[in-house]
Amino acid sequence: MRLVAVSAGLSSPSSTRLLADRLTASAAGKLPDGTGVEVVELRGLALDIAKHLVTGFPPPALGDALDAVADADGLIAVTPVFNASYSGLFKSFFDLVDPDALTGTPVLLAATGGTARHSLVLEHALRPLFAHLRAPTVPTAVYAASEDWGSPGRDGGGATGDLAARIDRAAGELAALMAARPARGTAAPGGGTGGNGLPDVVPFEQQLARLGG
Amino acid sequence: MQFGIFTVGDVTPDPTDGRTPGEHERIKAMVTLALKAEEVGLDVFATGEHHNPPFVPSSPTTMLGYVAARTERLVLSTSTTLITTNDPVKIAEDYAMLQHLADGRVDLMMGRGNTGPVYPWFGQDIRQGIPLAVENYALLHKLWRTEVVDWEGRFRTPLQGFTSTPRPLDGVPPFVWHGSIRSPEIAEQAAYYGDGFFHNNIFWPKEHTKKMVDLYRQRYAHYGHGTPEQAIVGLGGQVFMRHNSQDAVREFRPYFDNAPVYGHGPSLEEFTEQTPLTVGSPQQVIERTLSFRDSVGDYQRQLFLMDHAGLPLKTVLEQLDILGEEVVPVLRKEFARLRPAGVPETAPPHPATTRKETP
Repeated sequence: MRLVAVSAGLSSPSSTRLLADRLTASAAGKLPDGTGVEVVELRGLALDIAKHLVTGFPPPALGDALDAVADADGLIAVTPVFNASYSGLFKSFFDLVDPDALTGTPVLLAATGGTARHSLVLEHALRPLFAHLRAPTVPTAVYAASEDWGSPGRDGGGATGDLAARIDRAAGELAALMAARPARGTAAPGGGTGGNGLPDVVPFEQQLARLGG
Repeated sequence: MQFGIFTVGDVTPDPTDGRTPGEHERIKAMVTLALKAEEVGLDVFATGEHHNPPFVPSSPTTMLGYVAARTERLVLSTSTTLITTNDPVKIAEDYAMLQHLADGRVDLMMGRGNTGPVYPWFGQDIRQGIPLAVENYALLHKLWRTEVVDWEGRFRTPLQGFTSTPRPLDGVPPFVWHGSIRSPEIAEQAAYYGDGFFHNNIFWPKEHTKKMVDLYRQRYAHYGHGTPEQAIVGLGGQVFMRHNSQDAVREFRPYFDNAPVYGHGPSLEEFTEQTPLTVGSPQQVIERTLSFRDSVGDYQRQLFLMDHAGLPLKTVLEQLDILGEEVVPVLRKEFARLRPAGVPETAPPHPATTRKETP
């Protein structure tokens, strides 16, 4: 299995990346040994993302990142909150993901911000985005405000107030969804020319038949 | 193998002096380039079809008919003919008429077009792009091969007892290419009919082009038209040449940096590495073009985009001189030497073009 995290943090060090790493480590601990883990840091791909938007195809490093996301068995998507929503870089990256690439891929949503007042960004911006991509999102989305990084540990923050507990719960939900789903590459693509690395195609008689009647 | 040029017909300001040609000037320039193509020994001139500014060629058969009257040998083609928004009946009539006037020197390339509003302007829906391409071409194919057509489909008014006139010259319809950049359905369509497949690769990495061409070849064989190697493939190309390659880079850079399609994005160096664009000496263009064969196999038609990004006519004419005198003769020889027996040299020519005299 492959777990991929996408982090759209811009500063270095970045609290968005920190949250992505915490979520990734927690989920990896609940997944079978040998699960591949990769973190895609969008900051280093910012120019490639702009070039892809302009030309219509990805430069090689961005192409690798998009492939990693498309091939993932589970995805962790983490963005900073900018002006009341996900960052433009985060959205631009997911605008470049093939609309079918994430169909059925479990996704854990997470965001960081200066204040907890923006935490519903997870529900009004991120969750609809992944619903559009037909990716099931885990119920617990994790928001880390600045103050959360100084909150008391596991037992001191109550059921919802404790960042570590929220990370743990969300990661558990993601690992459970990933485990419940057939691993990539086991299900044969339907019809046409599937396999051999070529695009799938609907046989022409079927294309014609769809028009008739 | 056939070599030629294809033009989008865009009116684009020259970024080096800000000058924008008028529509009349641009239309005449396109014709000048077509005549030049024949003069320098190229085989094909293909024009785009567009129905919105800043493009001028909305009426390809008018332009190609004019070019036909002023040339002897040049094959007239399109890049592309909008099979989605044109009435297939009118395509059948227009191109059969052109075929007669040009004594068979006509083929055409089907495309869907990529400008959203053109569909509603012509009463269609862009979400139906592929089904329109499939149904309209099925009708066009039939109109050219069946004298009296009864037909009913989803997108067009039915036909009862309809005969498209004039009939194709000597009963042989124009050869058809299907152009697509990323739709496997169109590669499949080309394969099904045993038509040509043109991948306009100029803005795409070669791995992508290879995938689409491989798919077409495999399906061409699946439908029993021949071996995968015998499928009829065309590619685009985009070049700018000077004898000193540094001069080519220096002169072309402002056009690249401001080009409508990819300008203000990747650098010239990145784009030349990732796409077929070649800016340099004629020898570099020869080597790059020969390398296309490594990824897609032996192919039958190579079209170059030369008049774009606001390049002035004088410069483009110089480019055609270099292409015709120094590049294409070498490519012809090399591609012919490398092509195995049994792989067609070109798409099937119309029988009228292989006769010595025409009436």
